[in-house]
Amino acid sequence: MAGETLTARPTVSTRPADDEAATVKVSVRDLHFYYDTFEALKNVNLDLEDRRVTAFVGPSGCGKSTLLRVFNRIYDLYPRQRAEGSVTIGGRNILDRDQDLNALRAMVGMVFQKPTPFPMTIYENIAFGIRLYHSLPKAELDDRVEHALKRAALWGEVRDKLGQSGLSLSGGQQQRLCIARTIATEPAVVLLDEPASALDPISTAKVEELISELRSDYCIAIVTHNMQQAARSSDYTAFMYLGELVEFGATEKIFTNPSDKRTADYITGRFG
Amino acid sequence: MSARVRRRGAVNIVVLSLSVAMALTGLAFLALIGWTLVSRGLAAINLDLFTLETPPPGSRGGLANAIVGSAMMTGLAMLIATPIGVLAGTYLAEYGRDSRFGGVARFINDILLSAPSILVGLFVYGFTVLPTQHYSAWAGSIALALIALPVIVRSTQDMIGLVPVPLREAAAALGAPEWRVMVSIVWRSAGSGMLTGVLLAAARISGETAPLLFTALNNQFWSTDLNAPMANLPVVIYRFALSPYDDWQRLAWGGAFLITFAILVLNVLARLVSARSQSKV
Repeated sequence: MAGETLTARPTVSTRPADDEAATVKVSVRDLHFYYDTFEALKNVNLDLEDRRVTAFVGPSGCGKSTLLRVFNRIYDLYPRQRAEGSVTIGGRNILDRDQDLNALRAMVGMVFQKPTPFPMTIYENIAFGIRLYHSLPKAELDDRVEHALKRAALWGEVRDKLGQSGLSLSGGQQQRLCIARTIATEPAVVLLDEPASALDPISTAKVEELISELRSDYCIAIVTHNMQQAARSSDYTAFMYLGELVEFGATEKIFTNPSDKRTADYITGRFG
Repeated sequence: MSARVRRRGAVNIVVLSLSVAMALTGLAFLALIGWTLVSRGLAAINLDLFTLETPPPGSRGGLANAIVGSAMMTGLAMLIATPIGVLAGTYLAEYGRDSRFGGVARFINDILLSAPSILVGLFVYGFTVLPTQHYSAWAGSIALALIALPVIVRSTQDMIGLVPVPLREAAAALGAPEWRVMVSIVWRSAGSGMLTGVLLAAARISGETAPLLFTALNNQFWSTDLNAPMANLPVVIYRFALSPYDDWQRLAWGGAFLITFAILVLNVLARLVSARSQSKV
């Protein structure tokens, strides 16, 4: 079928206008992914640009979360899952057998669907990731924690209760805590796997606002089931279906003038 | 239609009354045991019970040596069983989950859970008392530890299994090495559940008699020597309760009350710990 194997580098004319030219941060080539014998990703090719938000949309089971889980090789926690092809981040194929997984995951942060605060204080939640790689004096660690919480627009709400359990926060606050925890380690790429699907509308709006704030510093990939969210908060959109990357391009183009009929059907709500 | 409704109503009443009657029967026996224990046991509680050694028949005495002996052996048993049980449970829940060895080990552990304690006593007798030619508190502690071990393994396994997968993934996704995910995230999440299991295991072994009969035996006198036979409450109760002497029987009731009370305290503690962990999540 047409479009199956297209290397989806959006053309210059469809790029959203921006102050500076973007550089490619993550480059995916001929990627196949298998759960045991089931092929969940079929020959995916695309580039993620730095300081841009790329949204992955598609019906459940289309492989969009799987693709995200390749970028930090979190799938490696499980036996019988494997990826073939190449994913280049920072000039290195991270699928290489000798890739240091912990170093990779420090460079590629991930936020999950359900908020996952650790069973420790708010402060310790943020400090946990920083301490893995740096042993900082207390004052400097305090600064880093404060900075991360400010970046995640949570500082004002938690500054007086840093010693309380992270579990005491509301769902939306917990999710922003998780985002703060992720950016505290200063990753190059931030992966968001349906970060707002378990949140109420107000918390969702805050998380989306946060995403557009973070866009200026990170290469962001977001999986979402919410078409409006994809349209609102991303620069590029990738539509996936049955393990294939069907169409990839500037968000505006995908949502107003998609080239593939399946994309058009999906974004207009005809299936999925 | 209304006949069917009537029949349902009748069946409901019959089943409900039977259930209530059975529940009351069970509770009645429990109340009877509780009442006997409290009325006879409380009568035996006095300062002597805690300060004097087990006496010959007809003299003044208490259970001090047996109380200390029981506390020492239970404590030592828990010191042996807790680290082994926690680590084995962690392995079975986390690393050996899909392996054949893990499956077999889990199955055997579940069998050990219900192994008769007298068998454990005989087993430990065979490999400690026979070669050393004497009973000892060490042997008693090892026997108790073997009974506590499967309880701790199982509860650790279950509690670790309850830690949500995304929580582990979130820690791993920050670049935390596997051991740190285990220690800082999984153990911390499952901590109070695991502690509850340890407390319940302590409650379980603090009343065990059979394994001690073959291992620590008993001691009429004050002794804290781990290489010698040591007094302990269950065996003292067993001996004194069977004796024809009134004062020994009274001491046995006192001991029974103490053990029951200790087990009650351990169970309440376990409940408090697990309630606290639930309110945290």
